[in-house]
Amino acid sequence: MMKQSPILIAAFILGAFAVAGVGVVAVTHAMTDQRIVANQRQAMLNKLEAIVPDGQLKNDPLADRIRVDRPELLGASNVAVYRVRDGDAPIALILEPVVPDGYAGPIRLLVSVLTDGSLGGVRVLEHHETPGLGDKIEERKSDWIIQQFTHKSLSDPPEEHWKVKRDGGVFDQFTGATITPRSIVNVVRNTLKFVEEESARLYAEPAIGSESGA
Amino acid sequence: MSQPTYGRLITDGLWTNNQALVAMLGLCPLLATTTTATNGLGMGLATTAVLVLSNATISLIRNLVRPEVRLPVFVLVIASFVTAVELLMKAYLYELYLVLGLFIPLIVTNCAIIGRAEAFASKANLRPALVDGLAMGIGFTLILVILGGIREFLGQGTLFYQADLLLGAAAANFGLSLGEDFNGALLAILPPGAFICLGLLIAGKNLIDSGIQRLQTIKLKQPLSATQAAT
Repeated sequence: MMKQSPILIAAFILGAFAVAGVGVVAVTHAMTDQRIVANQRQAMLNKLEAIVPDGQLKNDPLADRIRVDRPELLGASNVAVYRVRDGDAPIALILEPVVPDGYAGPIRLLVSVLTDGSLGGVRVLEHHETPGLGDKIEERKSDWIIQQFTHKSLSDPPEEHWKVKRDGGVFDQFTGATITPRSIVNVVRNTLKFVEEESARLYAEPAIGSESGA
Repeated sequence: MSQPTYGRLITDGLWTNNQALVAMLGLCPLLATTTTATNGLGMGLATTAVLVLSNATISLIRNLVRPEVRLPVFVLVIASFVTAVELLMKAYLYELYLVLGLFIPLIVTNCAIIGRAEAFASKANLRPALVDGLAMGIGFTLILVILGGIREFLGQGTLFYQADLLLGAAAANFGLSLGEDFNGALLAILPPGAFICLGLLIAGKNLIDSGIQRLQTIKLKQPLSATQAAT
């Protein structure tokens, strides 16, 4: 028994430090939890607000959220749709489609479609494209994504021109990176198609509430 | 163990035993996050915070911990602080967290931290351990900022671009830019650029060191030859 005691003491010390470590993390977590959730919410709201016409975001689209399942158009199943309204009047649908065939893995987009079927804007939420080449799709690296998509719709340009210039369409590609813009143009066009088909249902469906509330 | 002077601790941390240039520890976060000077500074400050906290804690508990569980306890301490720092960044520097977020947990694997814990803090009193943590952290941060600055300047033609992410809105115009037309050397931003720049920095330090050494030997020789001439 005596010989075991140093091991037991060591085990006890280790256990005590594990508890203390968890304590430090738990206290910090409790202190910062609300602020972190608020930060994430605000960051997402800022992104949504940027692709809706100025001053028209009056409801809480994060709470007015549904999920839709059309992987062949939206690139993934269970895609979130945020609904922007002014009172009862619909303003825009903001979808989170996924570009499955980015150059270096999937690209998550944020696409806002206004009630007249035109694009309020497109943004990239997450991507793994090559720095300096494909990453020009980020709005802080270049204004490509703003220039190319804002105000476009399925009739402007006509659907057969929803391609990058190299494929005979109207959208600019980057020097040295065609794959990334090509796949994004594709998914944005498909998203527009999806909304055109389903717009009425998308606005009417009951909301499932915001992520943090669920 | 004899306690070295504070001056010695500081020169060790900043230069003689710089964790990034001499000990070559923590290369993973070093190379991964230094695409801009601002990112480097953010990562450096986070690492310094963890280093100071862990050094202090480990110095305080050094007599409590039995040698056989020493390393697991150190890792526990470091991991707890890193998680706490990550949560704090998420709460108070959210924009920067979005940029660095992925790399913050890597601080745990930064060997510089457990290295200082094992090699120094576990044998030193609280105050020298604090000074050592701070000096090593600042030395590491300096290299992160310099490396980030070089890579950012070569790759994007900017310096301290988006410094407001870290330093608040007041620093929004702090950055320097060569303008939109500068296309930059893409290589500098990519991982090989990080290795090349770091290699050049190390070469630069060695060059300066050997220069200093040569100066010292010349100084040593001169009075010697003077005395020889007198006899």
